Amino acid sequence: MSVSGLRRVAITGLGPVTPIGTGAQAFAGAQREGKSGVGPITHFDPADVPSKIAGEVKDDLSAWVDPREARKLDRYVQLALAAAELAVRDSGLSEDELRGERTGAVIGSGIGGVKTFEEQANVLRTRGPGRISPLFIPMMIANMATGHVAMRYGATGPSSTVVTACATGTGSVGDAARYIQLGLADVMLAGGTEAAVTPIAIGGFSNMKALSTRNDAPQEASRPFSASRDGFVLGEGAGVLVLEEYEQAKARGATIYAEIVGYGTSADAHHITLPAPEGRGAQVAMRMALATAGVNPGEVGYINAHGTSTHFNDLHETQAIKAVFGAHAHALAVSSTKSMTGHLLGAAGAVEAIAVAQALHDGILPPTINLTDPDPLLDLDYIPEGAREVQVEYALSNSFAFGGQNAALLFKRA
Amino acid sequence: MATFEDVKAVIVEKLGVDADKVTPEARFVEDLGADSLETVELIMGLEDRFGITISDEDAEKIRTVQAAVDYIGSQQ
Repeated sequence: MSVSGLRRVAITGLGPVTPIGTGAQAFAGAQREGKSGVGPITHFDPADVPSKIAGEVKDDLSAWVDPREARKLDRYVQLALAAAELAVRDSGLSEDELRGERTGAVIGSGIGGVKTFEEQANVLRTRGPGRISPLFIPMMIANMATGHVAMRYGATGPSSTVVTACATGTGSVGDAARYIQLGLADVMLAGGTEAAVTPIAIGGFSNMKALSTRNDAPQEASRPFSASRDGFVLGEGAGVLVLEEYEQAKARGATIYAEIVGYGTSADAHHITLPAPEGRGAQVAMRMALATAGVNPGEVGYINAHGTSTHFNDLHETQAIKAVFGAHAHALAVSSTKSMTGHLLGAAGAVEAIAVAQALHDGILPPTINLTDPDPLLDLDYIPEGAREVQVEYALSNSFAFGGQNAALLFKRA
Repeated sequence: MATFEDVKAVIVEKLGVDADKVTPEARFVEDLGADSLETVELIMGLEDRFGITISDEDAEKIRTVQAAVDYIGSQQ
């Protein structure tokens, strides 16, 4: 039992599918190298959109998803199935061990099957509603990653889908951890997935002036905390973690990457896209994550920031960290792995949870790349020099969303 | 005139099955594993490919590859 009287939650499987690498080893290696996964958009011809760059997943998914099945799945579900399979294999759990009502899934998505939506909207416009594919709805709806992952593993336990935009991945892992803490499941497949590198999504984000247009230098475009940052870079991918009740994980000799010890979530109740002044909602989420674990701010050694590379996010997040951590804000390390992956929207928090688990397990903190011209208003230690070898005990991961929704997870070294 | 090969190509695409399984006698549901949604996809694919309209009533009766070839032939 933890200090809170709840069951403990171990992370025993990692399944990242990201623009900088697929699989735990490749993803960890890319973070150490400080690799950028951003490049010119290839999923469609970006001639007509202002932002012509994105973090695309280049790996062939056919090793994890039968190409004949893939035909009936939006890319966002394909990415989730690949991530889930990687996480399951990494955990060492057998299919027999996973099957049944003690295993559940929470795999969120910020948007769902937007490519399918876009394609079928074109069918509607050109040929009428009578030609809409009967697979349109089951391909597009945002709960289908959870549904397909549950079907794939026969996971008949707790099942839900978090849709909190860019906080989705963090909320999914947090909610899934709760099911284990409360004794409602022993294993949860938890994470997020997104495949929104499509004209309608890039067009929409572009017109919000949210995206970087550093088209001539894609690998330098995602530059959180830098004075010359000009917006986020859209990324695609998925992250799934195997969460397991701690004593069970220990008894079977599983590799425990880290423990999830705290979770906080909150609303700004302020504006559809702008953060609340001083990141007030973000502060509530971070404080809640600490309080649920009974951990003092001074014990936290690393924060994986939301760090989108937009003016407003980076400013308000830094203000919020200072408000929560006081003087200790300058002693702990903060970095944005989005500097490497781009912003994976609903998958971001899950991929970042994987990065934090690896940081705690390996004793290496991931860097913020491209931070060559720090914004003078942002004065924390953002790990600009490259991956840093240091073993911390507690790490926090932040995610903040349009709609003013915030989520924070607190991890402990295993 | 719809040939067996033309129909087969649509079936392979819409049901994602191996081409060598698409024999004249093959049944869409039992032999080729089509579920109800895929069956609708297939009928719509055949309508598009051959420029015909297949009523729900007629679609119910098209259960094998040969039945599809024959039906399409009769409509063209």
